[in-house]
Amino acid sequence: MENITPFLLSLISEAGLSGFEEPVRKKIAEKWTPLVDELSTSPLGSLHGLRKAAEGKKRPSLMIAAHMDAIGLMVKQVEDGMVWITRIGGVDARMLPGQPVTIHGKEDLPGVVQMLPDRLLNEDQQGKAPTFEHLFVDSGRSSKELEKLVRPGDLVSFQQAPIELDGGNVAGHSMDNRASVAALTVCLQEIRNVNLAWDVLAVATTREEISLAGARTSAFGLHPDLAIAVDVTFGKGPGSNDYRTFPLGGGPTIGTGSDNHPALTRKFVALAEELDMPHGLEAMPENSGTDGMVLPVTAGGIPTVVLGVPLRYMHTTVEMATVKDIDRTGRLLARFITQLTEDSLTTLFEEEPV
Amino acid sequence: MKTLLKKLTETAAPSGYESAVREMIRSEIASLSKDIKVDSLGNLIVTLGKKTDQGLKVMIDAHMDEIGFMVSHVEKNGQVRFSNLGTLLPHYLAGSRVLFLNGVRGTVNFDRSDDQHKVPSLDKYFIDVGSVNDKDCTVAIGDVGIFDEPFVDLGNRVAAKALDNRSSCAVLIETMKRIRSTPHELVFVFSAQEETQTRGATTASYAIEPDLSITVDTTPSLDLLGVKMQVDLGKGPAIKLRDTGMLADPKVVAWMEKTAKNNKIPYQLEVLDIGTTNARAIQVSKSGMPSGVISIPCRYVHSPSEVIDMTDLQQTVELLTALLGEPILLS
Amino acid sequence: MTPQDTKPYRIGKAQLDLLAELTNANGVSGDESEVREMIRKKVTPLADEIKADAMGNLLVIKHARKTNALRVMVDAHMDEVGFMIVDQDGDGLFEFVQVGGGDERQFISKAVVVGKEKLPGVIGFKPIHLTPKNERDSKIPLDSLRIDLGPAGKDKARRGDFAAYATRFSRSGDTIFAKVLDDRLGCATLIELLRTAPAEIELLTSFSAQEEIGLRGAKVAAYDFEPQIVIAVDSTPAYDFPRPDGNQNTQYNCKIGSGPAIYLADRGTLSDPRLVRFISRTAEENGIPYQFRQPGGGGTNAGALHLTRSGIPAVSVSIPGRYAHTPIMMASVTDWQNTVSLLKNVLDNLSPAVLLEERP
Repeated sequence: MENITPFLLSLISEAGLSGFEEPVRKKIAEKWTPLVDELSTSPLGSLHGLRKAAEGKKRPSLMIAAHMDAIGLMVKQVEDGMVWITRIGGVDARMLPGQPVTIHGKEDLPGVVQMLPDRLLNEDQQGKAPTFEHLFVDSGRSSKELEKLVRPGDLVSFQQAPIELDGGNVAGHSMDNRASVAALTVCLQEIRNVNLAWDVLAVATTREEISLAGARTSAFGLHPDLAIAVDVTFGKGPGSNDYRTFPLGGGPTIGTGSDNHPALTRKFVALAEELDMPHGLEAMPENSGTDGMVLPVTAGGIPTVVLGVPLRYMHTTVEMATVKDIDRTGRLLARFITQLTEDSLTTLFEEEPV
Repeated sequence: MKTLLKKLTETAAPSGYESAVREMIRSEIASLSKDIKVDSLGNLIVTLGKKTDQGLKVMIDAHMDEIGFMVSHVEKNGQVRFSNLGTLLPHYLAGSRVLFLNGVRGTVNFDRSDDQHKVPSLDKYFIDVGSVNDKDCTVAIGDVGIFDEPFVDLGNRVAAKALDNRSSCAVLIETMKRIRSTPHELVFVFSAQEETQTRGATTASYAIEPDLSITVDTTPSLDLLGVKMQVDLGKGPAIKLRDTGMLADPKVVAWMEKTAKNNKIPYQLEVLDIGTTNARAIQVSKSGMPSGVISIPCRYVHSPSEVIDMTDLQQTVELLTALLGEPILLS
Repeated sequence: MTPQDTKPYRIGKAQLDLLAELTNANGVSGDESEVREMIRKKVTPLADEIKADAMGNLLVIKHARKTNALRVMVDAHMDEVGFMIVDQDGDGLFEFVQVGGGDERQFISKAVVVGKEKLPGVIGFKPIHLTPKNERDSKIPLDSLRIDLGPAGKDKARRGDFAAYATRFSRSGDTIFAKVLDDRLGCATLIELLRTAPAEIELLTSFSAQEEIGLRGAKVAAYDFEPQIVIAVDSTPAYDFPRPDGNQNTQYNCKIGSGPAIYLADRGTLSDPRLVRFISRTAEENGIPYQFRQPGGGGTNAGALHLTRSGIPAVSVSIPGRYAHTPIMMASVTDWQNTVSLLKNVLDNLSPAVLLEERP
């Protein structure tokens, strides 16, 4: 199996903010070209990679969605020489002070996110956790320069470089959800020379972090018979230790409840056990908070399951995952695909007819 | 356009009950198209032009509903309790006047409490329609009403209720009257039930299946203390980049800017942290589409006296007309 | 109009037994299979087509006995608010979370059943004797509660297992005591409507899944059916109690004993006024008591159904109930009877004429 680490590192070095995914889409398209039969882009920018089944009578299709967009920042206003920012997606303001960033204006301007000093604030606001109201990017440029180079809507990306830690662990920004895109790539590599009974649609979706729009519209257009969403899930770590969290190195998680069709949950658990693969069962009592939320309720309904790659410090610039978990997720996906037959739609759901 | 705007804003048409304004709009544009439909949610859908080789099917949407009141209970003493249709801000209610669709008029006030400095919640308000008990009350549960406030000419600016979003309806009507030729199939949708979660646009866009959509709506301007807002009156229409529900397609934004520049129409850029528009629903219809929003700057949104600038309105018409009359090249 | 039995509709032993079976069954949002299969068995002799879809909805069609009939969809949800086991403490104690929105103050000191095997368990809590005075006035935090299967319960339940209240149906005079009257009353009502489906209507019945966690089943049920009209049948809270401050209760939502509650507006839907008018007139013409549910918050599956595809005229009609999402709900047999009677009359009289005028 090819080492996925270099690809992963290149993915998290690439910008791909929700709504502006083109740079990372190009990277993924490049990687997927030798692995799929057809590549196309949806009206909302999702990348569709079709790996065709061998010629056969029936050709059901499976869609695997891994969102390629990442959270980030956008310029809201340039005023008095200050560049005020707003968030795209669930950015916790508290991780921003001191964060190195780049403002993508007419030029790329390096800068740092900072907050107003306490002495300039009212007493009741001093010492408090930062909010977007008081956060700005300082690039050192003059008012005049900023008026010419920066305007509302300009993107601001994180500059944190990927960190390779000992033992095959990687940290950086955008691991949510490039880690899953890497896992999906591992899957495509695994099935490269296999004759498939089903069409497989690898979809790098857009806009998951703000509206799940990519997954929803791709699923509608592709109308697959089954769907799998791959996203990162909460890794066990400081302050994150309850039933919603999973150990790094403990393998992928398989969802149960709400978004997950019980038959698919059962199947994935059985396959993981067959492969002797460590894995977790992730309780999703109400919704998964992933692309998996919109897939089951698209058009007339699509049986769906959500897989997770454990990730520490989600939605920070030092998100951390274990490459082994990424490999395992990819292999589990591949195993599901290779055991599919023409009749799987009937046999999978024998207990719960669809 | 002031006459048209006055007519539109002085019509009573809250979310779910838009027929009065729908009929008014229909009469304004009836001579312009043979393809006029009303769908099951009450959207008015008017098609102009035919799609040529170079053309697209473009949906241009402006919601025609306004926020309003629905009677939820009449007290024994004749005072009327109500629920909201769309977002009613309690700050704007005390002392305001209401007109019900059945013709009854009333005034809004609130229960007194110990804390006179807090703005009461909606359930503390009531409408006095002049009835003395519940049996003889001139309204009953389910009756709907809107702010009763006349249009006021302030010179180059105007004040009225429902400028959100009748000003956009006026823009669409004027644009429809001005367009001489177009390579596109233009589907103008005067949508219903936007104030109650963008419902009309959801179903209209499904049926229409546009290649591209433009939503025209009002946007709040510089009247909220403590909230940075760069959009203001008198600087032209705003091209929306982002709000809480959607990100405009960057290619659509670029096209709008280029067109504004080429036609020397002033414009602003809008990044909004509060609120959203129908574009949120249209963008994700079926397989999705490039979508954008043109905003009319508006002050005191959702109050009985919203204010807009007539030059901004005129420039919005110019921009929309320019956008729809030429081939659309999204780079 | 279909020639009808002139005897007025009555809830009898058969209907109450049906309701008992349905409410005693478990179907927490996310796994409605027990309820679905129970309903499937009952409607099989009544229906022309039955299937379950990807969300777990049960879609049942009773064809019209004429061509170009009006396609009318009626919907009730099968799922209930309950619990999901998420972790094990050992010693038979299991950590759990809510599925759907229930007031957590209602969980304390209750009996539950866990998993497909329906293992008996309890949600207990610290005795009053051991609770310091200053704690007794505070809410018990949800994460301190456990489902206890007893000391022999170790490993008997797993993460992902669902748990529901152990309540059994009972009746006292006009009052029904049961869990999940929201919305097994709706499900039972739909089964009754299938029994006497009129010849002029293509009756599309959906028993939907996952309503309590976001109207999720309904999002796809109407997509398949493509109806011309949809009526959601649910149960809506009756908050008709006297206020402790002596002032008038102006937020009662609906009242027990006042009959089926027709919705004007809730958080998810502005009822189609043409349908509201038709249903209230039908009630008046047939001497059936009814009420308007107060506009405002809350919602039913109509919220998702009416926005399907190009949109569907919709309305909700609910049976008043008390204490939804708690172990024991209450409702009036008479209210239920009037609701079924009203809906039967509505179906018997619905025609395309209802939609001839444009939506006001």
